[in-house]
Amino acid sequence: MDTTAPLAQQASCLQLKGSLLTLTVLELSYFEPAQFSAELSEKAAQAPEFFKDLPVVIGLTKFESGKGPADFEKIISICRTYSVKPIAVRGGSETQQIAAKLAGLPCLPSKKERAAPPTEAPLPIEKVEEVKKEEPKEPQETEKTISEAKVKASRIIYQPVRSGQQIYAQDCDLIVLSQVSAGAEVLADGNIHIYGPLRGRALAGVRGNTEARIFCHSLEAELVSIAGQYKISEDLQTGSWKKPAQIHLEDEKLTVKPLVN
Amino acid sequence: MAKIIVITSGKGGVGKTTTSASIATGLAKSGHKTVVIDFDVGLRNLDLIMNCERRVVYDFVNVINEEANLNQALIKDKHVEDLFILPASQTRDKDALTQEGVERVLNELKERFEFIICDSPAGIEHGAQMSLYYADEAIIVTNPEVSSVRDSDRILGILQSKSRRAEMGLEPVKEHLLLTRYNPARAETGEMLCVEDVKDILAIKLLGVIPESTTVLSASNQGVPVILNDESDAGAAYRDAVDRLLGNEREHRFLEVEKKGFFKRMFRG
Repeated sequence: MDTTAPLAQQASCLQLKGSLLTLTVLELSYFEPAQFSAELSEKAAQAPEFFKDLPVVIGLTKFESGKGPADFEKIISICRTYSVKPIAVRGGSETQQIAAKLAGLPCLPSKKERAAPPTEAPLPIEKVEEVKKEEPKEPQETEKTISEAKVKASRIIYQPVRSGQQIYAQDCDLIVLSQVSAGAEVLADGNIHIYGPLRGRALAGVRGNTEARIFCHSLEAELVSIAGQYKISEDLQTGSWKKPAQIHLEDEKLTVKPLVN
Repeated sequence: MAKIIVITSGKGGVGKTTTSASIATGLAKSGHKTVVIDFDVGLRNLDLIMNCERRVVYDFVNVINEEANLNQALIKDKHVEDLFILPASQTRDKDALTQEGVERVLNELKERFEFIICDSPAGIEHGAQMSLYYADEAIIVTNPEVSSVRDSDRILGILQSKSRRAEMGLEPVKEHLLLTRYNPARAETGEMLCVEDVKDILAIKLLGVIPESTTVLSASNQGVPVILNDESDAGAAYRDAVDRLLGNEREHRFLEVEKKGFFKRMFRG
């Protein structure tokens, strides 16, 4: 019998998935080869097991190039001598990022760009409590993930979102054709549109989309947040309070504007 | 087809049992065969309000556990024809209410009655969820104060998501707002929320406004539902609410401060 089944009958050999990993970040304040080598050697001696084949991301957010530029080829070679494996850089200026790329290190967005939700705001929950579950997610086809041209349908809620309910529109916009009560929470990776009063919490761009916006017919919210930047009720009671409003980020600052000027 | 109506609120002490007794009595008085079930297992009250506590032999939990049949447990009301009461057990807790058991009892009652009124316990836990699970309609009893309104909003969310109708994707539970203990004078001065505020927050249809009245307390203590009191404003408001529940148009009353006329002022009321 033939052991190699025809390809068509086999399950797909690869699948692309998003995943959250914990990685060690080697935060670089400045680069001075001898000192770098000495400090790394000291650290590696303290915990040889931990450092064995340790993948690290080189953090550049605090890097000051005053004491010379970050020579990535050199950094990599020093790291290798202590069996530390740099896999990427995070943050840094454009020139640094280009240098890193040339040395074969991909660039990750810095913390600020990724903007984790504020501590006050709970993390997005995959499942929506007490609300009809989202239609089963289509299997992530490789093709789909690569070509971003296809638009994911918005999640539409027809009934009021009541106190204690939480609705999360994953990878898309959220449209509520009713009110969001005090004590309710709506979250979306994209924009949030509320065709009624917003009295609860609304968090748009929860996975760091700084372009996300919140639109509502009457702003009476307990909290609004975009990509982690948030304002609470007390700070919202300005001109647009109880009026149609839109909330977006302007120069990384949360800005409330009337919906119609 | 029998209709199952749950009387619920989230918050305790807002008038669920008083409302259950009056609505059930009103429906029966209008000629509809009605049964009212006390779901507040462990904190039985409905029998007191309906003045049948001395006639309780078997209860709802006995029927669920098949220790008694419905005929043994149903208590016939003394005031109105066509009204029966299914009391709660005082010695058990809410866990005695199993979903299958409740369903079986309700199905049996559906064959004999036009209206099944479920008096929900306070809270949003198992007991309350069992009382609302099979409901076709819900009367949300709310007092004109913020915490009661917030809790009503919460229970409305549960009705939308955890009732049988929601789980099976059927037509949603029909929701009615019943505002109780309303005092127009205090609403006018801002001490209480006004009807419009509550309607605005909860965004459901108003079934009625029951004015705050001393007759409600005395009716409860005497075991005669206030709806049977012809002199009481609260009784009249409950009669209006029952009429609306049956699909009749009735103008809302007792929303404004009563303006005392010249003679009334002269003779002090």
